[in-house]
Amino acid sequence: MSIFEYAPAPESAAIVDIRPSYDLFIGGAWVESAGERRHKSVNPATEDVLAEITEATAADVDHAVAAARKAFDTVWGPMPGRDRAKYLFRIARLLQERSRELAVLESIDNGKPIRESRDVDLPLVAAHFFYYAGWADKLPYAGFGPDPRPVGVAGQVIPWNFPLLMLAWKIAPALACGNTVVLKPAETTSLTALAFAEICRQADLPAGVVNIVTGAGETGRALVEHPGIDKIAFTGSTEVGRQIARSAAGTAKRLTLELGGKAANVIFDDAALDQAVEGVVNGIFFNQGHVCCAGSRLLVQESVAAELIDRLKRRMATLRVGDPLDKNTDVGAINSAEQLDKIRTLSAAGEDEGAVRWSPPCELPSRGYWFAPTVFTEVAQSHRIAREEIFGPVLSVLTFRTPAEAVEKANNTPYGLSAGIWTEKGSRILWMAERLRAGVVWANTFNKFDPAAPFGGYKESGFGREGGRHGLEAYLDV
Amino acid sequence: MSERLAVRKTYKLFIGGAFPRSESGRSYVVNDAKGDFLANASLASRKDARDAVVAARKAFGGWSGRTAYNRGQILYRVAEMLEGRRAQFVDELRAQGLAKGAASAEVDAAVDRWVWYAGWADKLGAVAGSANPVAGPFFNFSTPEPTGVVAVVAPDSPLLGLVSVLAPVIVSGNTCVVVASEPAPLPSITLAEVLATSDLPGGVVNVLTGRRAELTPWLAAHMDVNALDLAGVPDDLVKPLEEAAAGNLKRVLRPGPAAWDADPGTARMSAFLETKTVWHPVGV
Repeated sequence: MSIFEYAPAPESAAIVDIRPSYDLFIGGAWVESAGERRHKSVNPATEDVLAEITEATAADVDHAVAAARKAFDTVWGPMPGRDRAKYLFRIARLLQERSRELAVLESIDNGKPIRESRDVDLPLVAAHFFYYAGWADKLPYAGFGPDPRPVGVAGQVIPWNFPLLMLAWKIAPALACGNTVVLKPAETTSLTALAFAEICRQADLPAGVVNIVTGAGETGRALVEHPGIDKIAFTGSTEVGRQIARSAAGTAKRLTLELGGKAANVIFDDAALDQAVEGVVNGIFFNQGHVCCAGSRLLVQESVAAELIDRLKRRMATLRVGDPLDKNTDVGAINSAEQLDKIRTLSAAGEDEGAVRWSPPCELPSRGYWFAPTVFTEVAQSHRIAREEIFGPVLSVLTFRTPAEAVEKANNTPYGLSAGIWTEKGSRILWMAERLRAGVVWANTFNKFDPAAPFGGYKESGFGREGGRHGLEAYLDV
Repeated sequence: MSERLAVRKTYKLFIGGAFPRSESGRSYVVNDAKGDFLANASLASRKDARDAVVAARKAFGGWSGRTAYNRGQILYRVAEMLEGRRAQFVDELRAQGLAKGAASAEVDAAVDRWVWYAGWADKLGAVAGSANPVAGPFFNFSTPEPTGVVAVVAPDSPLLGLVSVLAPVIVSGNTCVVVASEPAPLPSITLAEVLATSDLPGGVVNVLTGRRAELTPWLAAHMDVNALDLAGVPDDLVKPLEEAAAGNLKRVLRPGPAAWDADPGTARMSAFLETKTVWHPVGV
């Protein structure tokens, strides 16, 4: 118990206007679905129904792809880069102007703490549009030849963990390169994508350049299998990524995949331990651990393991779990009942297989989907919790003795998205960074993102990069 | 006066730096353009393909860990050896039906292509990497790295095509298993002899001769292969191979228009590169 309790400091939700139901955004207008199916989107922190979301049918997807094709052929493809740039700059400004509203909406819809949606998601969303806006009229200088061409119509499917940020990662580079898009947000987190549709209208973006079709897996499948798209960009689970790669086989569709991860966060005995603890906490409890690059495997050098775990537990006891709209909240709600089940199942497997489970004393709200920050010690490499992506606030601790053993264990995974290194010795950082088979290596920091820095995985974490000059390649015919 | 009786060459596989026969004990007949017998080539089996992957994986750490300068030196050494064996390659290409002038031009082009790629080893990092100006106090840079073990299905251009797909894969530090042209496999084994005498570590390049339809499904589905170059794959095999490659999300380079004499560009190198981004805080 701390000396001073925190008084509740909830952000007002009054700024957000959620409609009772939403149609599809196709060809610059709200369009009713050809089908009847709708699902309810709930607030994961309260289980209250927020809105009814349309499940786009194959015919709706057809319609959206046709609108995107028309816009590509007649308006967006032929448009000079400097004008595309201006549209993207406009969108970036509109996002900044409406950032508070969008942050609140994101937290209500997704369950993530307002502290994160306000300070991380929204600034990065706007930054991505600013960054790629500047590329739109400089593509011949990007290193892909003097006359790089857009690919055409991109079908994009994004996950529920960073709804608006993933939208920005997908749409900004696609549009900058002259492509048009049909985007399908995740079924549980469509609201900010639908708000983005309104921003496209406020920016006077030509009709059909951005189309948003909501729905679940079936809608996504109809989109990625549609013969009218030239490119598939997917972020989500490795299993779905595999299915998409199979479905694109033998076609001319280009494909980029950002898939799962099981990142190792490696702490050496000379690391600044308190800093490292902060990094570990940020690595796994940021966004409730709903992060593909989360540092879910902590590899700590044996000689400091006991002390580090001790400090980690003390720090975890100060994490505040609860109302996502409270400005003091560190860990919000799990995004859905289904995801909560998955986290519970894998955590139970951790106990069954012999790992030792610990959570700080922590009172969880009675309604909504919640999971206390959890750490497993005495984890073996063969345990499911050390191998499978949990996508929740669950950390597995393993130990090592030598740097070589740390490399071996860190790379002992089919994934290769990210990794962390904590040591005060620069030469060791560079040695280790060279050997880790991962697309992003954070040294003495974790979970840092920037539109100028390429992000993406090795091995079964997918292929292609998002961000930076490298992120353009996915959307250019090179 | 009797003519000298030639000593003929036995064409074998090239795995882990050695020249074994196929473990299956099989071979197939390679004919010249007129349909006359040239040689028996080894008919590699699924087991040979797996052995080759093991050899390629074993060689990956050492080869990718060498300095780019050293890899460049070794690739250039390959070009030197290739140059020294011009006559042999011209003869082999002529046996496959090329006219003397065309065979000679193709060998020249193959040597030049190899030299071109050799020079890339120590430039890829500068051209494909970047220092990223992020909005915060971080030192942030991205570097290209090899993706791992690449299975290459070579096209039927038996020397220039082979060199054009092989050199871009290994110059960045990948190791590979190459399925040689099925109708014209002999220059690939002769090229293996060049590689074997060029300081290229054993296992960096492994050459299988045999049936594409028999070998490629195992390579495409192999969980320790990271990428697939489908250059020489016939149309009807592309879809099933891509589907198999999805099993462990291999990077796949689809077959393109085969203009092997055109400027190669950098696309074949970048297809088998990863980008690693490293962050570190800046402060005092």
